Amino acid sequence: MLAFAIRRLLQSIAVLFVMSALVFVGVYAIGNPVDILINPQADQAEIAAATRALGLDQPLWRQYWSFLAGALAGDLGKSFAANIPAVQLILERMPATLELALGAMVIAVVLGIPLGLWAGLRPDSVSGRVIMAGSILGFSLPTFWVGLMLIMVFSVWLGWLPPTGRGETVKVLGVTVSFLTWDGLQHLFMPALNLALFKLSLLIRLTRAGTREALAQDYVRFARAKGLTMERVVRVHVLKNIMIPVVTVTGLEFGSLIAFAIVTETIFAWPGMGKLLIDSINVLDRPVIVAYLLIIVLLFVLINLIVDLAYTALDPRVRLRGRSA
Amino acid sequence: MQLVHAPLREFTAGFVRDRIAVVALAALFVILSAAVFAPFVSPQDPYDLAQLDILDSKLAPGAKAGVGFTFWLGSDDQGRDMVSAILYGLRISLGVGALATAIALALGMAIGLISAYAGGWLDSLIMRLVDLQLSFPSILIALVLLAVVGQGVDKIVIALITVQWAYYARTVRGAALVERRKEYVDAARVMAFSSGRIVFRHILPNVLPPLIVVATVQVAHAIALEATLSFLGLGMPITSPSLGLLISNGFAHLLSGRYWISFFPGIALLATIVAINLVGDRLRDVLNPRLGSHYGT
Repeated sequence: MLAFAIRRLLQSIAVLFVMSALVFVGVYAIGNPVDILINPQADQAEIAAATRALGLDQPLWRQYWSFLAGALAGDLGKSFAANIPAVQLILERMPATLELALGAMVIAVVLGIPLGLWAGLRPDSVSGRVIMAGSILGFSLPTFWVGLMLIMVFSVWLGWLPPTGRGETVKVLGVTVSFLTWDGLQHLFMPALNLALFKLSLLIRLTRAGTREALAQDYVRFARAKGLTMERVVRVHVLKNIMIPVVTVTGLEFGSLIAFAIVTETIFAWPGMGKLLIDSINVLDRPVIVAYLLIIVLLFVLINLIVDLAYTALDPRVRLRGRSA
Repeated sequence: MQLVHAPLREFTAGFVRDRIAVVALAALFVILSAAVFAPFVSPQDPYDLAQLDILDSKLAPGAKAGVGFTFWLGSDDQGRDMVSAILYGLRISLGVGALATAIALALGMAIGLISAYAGGWLDSLIMRLVDLQLSFPSILIALVLLAVVGQGVDKIVIALITVQWAYYARTVRGAALVERRKEYVDAARVMAFSSGRIVFRHILPNVLPPLIVVATVQVAHAIALEATLSFLGLGMPITSPSLGLLISNGFAHLLSGRYWISFFPGIALLATIVAINLVGDRLRDVLNPRLGSHYGT
């Protein structure tokens, strides 16, 4: 287990190096780095001074080295638009995104597992078929369009929920959160539901498939023969066995929720780091773009590492294969 | 000749046995025809300013236009008929999705075949790269790429190719590794055919079925991704109004209750994606040899 953990950790570090090199080449080496790093309004003398100050007359490997050194120290330059360090700007926005992603995950799990279980127990019933048809629709619906339609129905027609923003927030342990106030909760619900839709469909299908598979196993038949009620068999035997894949997928999908939050945050004007990225791209605030990329890569590598290690702890067979990056 | 035709007939028979899939295929055919013949079937050319009248702007669905026809799906802020805008938009969305998928398919197929046939360090390198890319969501990769290279039709095609090639490379490599161990490949080698000939004439036709399935589903993904990127303002330029751009344009009018500018292009997008996904699902069932018992059931 320890050897696997160390090997997996080394792999993650290698991925981080590769990705940082890609980001570096993409943003610094393609095109004129001066355009990217210096305020477009700068004049000739300022550009020449900045070129020297940034070390752009140095060979490429040396530039990458200083870029890496800066990144490791948490220094990725200042935002043009906000004039504060880019990393700080993103870290300030991160709690909003994490709250949205967690909210979406809670909705997906709380609705997805019972619905999937229901559809798995009654695959041929009308309700089971409706649930499955719904999940197919959930896979095909373009997320951003669903977001617009939610605003249309709940904000414009019914007037129940506010269309934009985070609402009233409170500070808990230095982190701003919305879900503890009624107003904040109202603001959170629609974006979280929108973001959850795809994962909800995924969880329904996963749980249904797992349930159907488990019901055909000998241990379920034995438990029934022993005289246990169907309810107890499902709650104790079936549910326990389908939880391992469900937990893994839920963990892995958390990263993609953060990525897809870019779209949801833009629609609902949710002040998270995804909206920050889009705003930064629109005004060409490159230090923020670079910082966002490196932070999101780090986040993904961490999530993949944690899920892999957790999975290995749960299922020792994985250790023998242990190849995924 | 009989041997060549029999699998096709079996395949067709297997496909048509699922009624939903047949309906989806018919719907897809209608959508494709509408897109191809958009200039002939739409009531107006939505991008010919001479045909637009600003007095017709933001009319609700079913309203009569000053220029003589009915806006069945309403009009947008420029007085543009939404039916026409959607037909032209479908054209752009489908065209970009199909083009990007075709190029990514060719590229991924070549890389996957090389990877499987060469083996060794090259194979490991390519597969590590595929693993690395597939561990990030495609929307993130496309966004990053567009943020670096900028906007434009060519750039969005490049972004869609970049996010897709890895799926094909992995699928082809997996299938080709299985095929490579089969006797007909040994036979071809004994006959001293060149590696290129064996890979492209013998192995390739046998790895096509799984690839077709992946490609069908990927076209739907590509169309949805392009729409999302265009909605975010990073995809198509306003000179090429795809469905995503139409929806994005309608977003500005949503809060004032004019739902139709966003709603109907979204329905067109949804219908296209659902139809492609249903056809793809059926193709997978029919073409997958492991589901032999399902064949034609």
